[in-house]
Amino acid sequence: MSHQWRTRIVRTTSVTLFVLLWQAASAWNVRRQYLNPILFPSPVDMVRAAYAEAVQGILWRDIVASLARIFQGFAIGALVAVPLGCATGYFRRLEDWVDPIVELFRPVPPLALLPLFIIWLGIGEVSKILLIAFAVFFPIFLNTTEGVRSMDPLHLRAALSLGANRWQIFTNVAAWSALPGIIVGLRLGFALGFFVLVAAELIAADSGLGYRIQESRNYFLVDRMFVGAAVIGVLGFGFNLVLRRLEDLLLRWRSTIVQMQV
Amino acid sequence: MGHKLEVIGVRQVFRPEDGRAPVVALERFDLAVDDGEFVCLLGPSGCGKSTLLNIVAGFVRPTEGRVSLDGLEVTGPGRDRGVVFQEHALFPWFRVGQNVEFGLKMAGVPRGERARIADRYLELVGLQPFRQAFPKELSGGMKQRVAIARALANDPKILLMDEPFGALDAQTRRLMQDELTKIWAATGKTVLFVTHAIEESLLLADRVVVMSPRPGRIDAVLDVPLPRPRSDVAGDFVALKAELQELLRHP
Repeated sequence: MSHQWRTRIVRTTSVTLFVLLWQAASAWNVRRQYLNPILFPSPVDMVRAAYAEAVQGILWRDIVASLARIFQGFAIGALVAVPLGCATGYFRRLEDWVDPIVELFRPVPPLALLPLFIIWLGIGEVSKILLIAFAVFFPIFLNTTEGVRSMDPLHLRAALSLGANRWQIFTNVAAWSALPGIIVGLRLGFALGFFVLVAAELIAADSGLGYRIQESRNYFLVDRMFVGAAVIGVLGFGFNLVLRRLEDLLLRWRSTIVQMQV
Repeated sequence: MGHKLEVIGVRQVFRPEDGRAPVVALERFDLAVDDGEFVCLLGPSGCGKSTLLNIVAGFVRPTEGRVSLDGLEVTGPGRDRGVVFQEHALFPWFRVGQNVEFGLKMAGVPRGERARIADRYLELVGLQPFRQAFPKELSGGMKQRVAIARALANDPKILLMDEPFGALDAQTRRLMQDELTKIWAATGKTVLFVTHAIEESLLLADRVVVMSPRPGRIDAVLDVPLPRPRSDVAGDFVALKAELQELLRHP
């Protein structure tokens, strides 16, 4: 059996065991009533609650609402951060202009700006989307500039002596050198975007997974609160997986393990 | 006129930013290389041989003096001087073929012609079957052969090589020296080759320029009249080697 398969089997078993133990502990708790079972639903309770939500139609609506926000916010943030990061990393002059401003805004937790965004843009979609864009901007921008600056000076010299001009060096050398950093930034940005999305929905929304958790709390539907958290977890896990696949695909050239002999 | 490459009165001073005393890397350096000639710069580390190559390549502006190629003054890096570095310096994100085509693509040569020229040079270095490979899939010697093909594909007036085989193991290195001799014979390129290895300079060069450090300057110039292909065990070779060893020991 290959190493890869062994890893997969162990990992699957780990998750399965966790869920089974949880189920067993819940069943035991229901019998003995150590804790109020309503506060600690079992995995089966969660599946039941999720099914009910799905039948009601609200599960999909929440997922779609949340994903729409994160994708729009993420896209806007990335579309600003990547070009600006590239330019800042590539032009030393620009660096001193842009860096201090970014460093000044960076320590502000995005959620601290949520009330302000709501006052400016209302409680609708725009305020949440832009808040997510604001949050994802920083990791993407910083990793992009870092990536561009990581360009090997030897590659720069090689390109110059082969006749490349500044723009050609940017597209053929600097951008490629930055790619690993950009992808790391996108992954970090997406995780942070999810974080901000859910927090914003908890505070100010009338749809979405975070909103559903808050609403379920008001009706004391603890199992639905668990469902909300679990769906967020599964979605985050799924997207991280997709981004990792994308990374493997785009950075095929990078790994240094394979070596052939002459 | 008449010389392919002329280095006239080059002086190079590096001023450390931390206020330490300036370092004179090169002092009153004159060198003329003829068309088709293979010249080695030989010397210990710190003798300024790589600095001189960087000046000729246009990466470094000399403090004083000038460099001209075919009578045109060198003011910066350019495609008329192909450079092969000690580390292969291939672009890891491009396939072997794309690396070799790089200079032609920058110059706007159409795709079909680019591919044809790249194929010719890959053929020359014996790596045509690896056109679609990424650099990471090649051994050190193969990477350096691609780097040579990449520099040659631009059809430069001169090939500048900065200890290109320094990072290779001894056997590969020996193979690459023979390979380079063949490539040089096939293309007739003018070559300026930096090395600290005596045997290497004698195996390759028409002329060996011996340098000494602090400040870097020319100690002696030795013609190598040996016929090619050369053997490093022939009597003439051993005699020249002894001569160079003596020159390097007592500058």
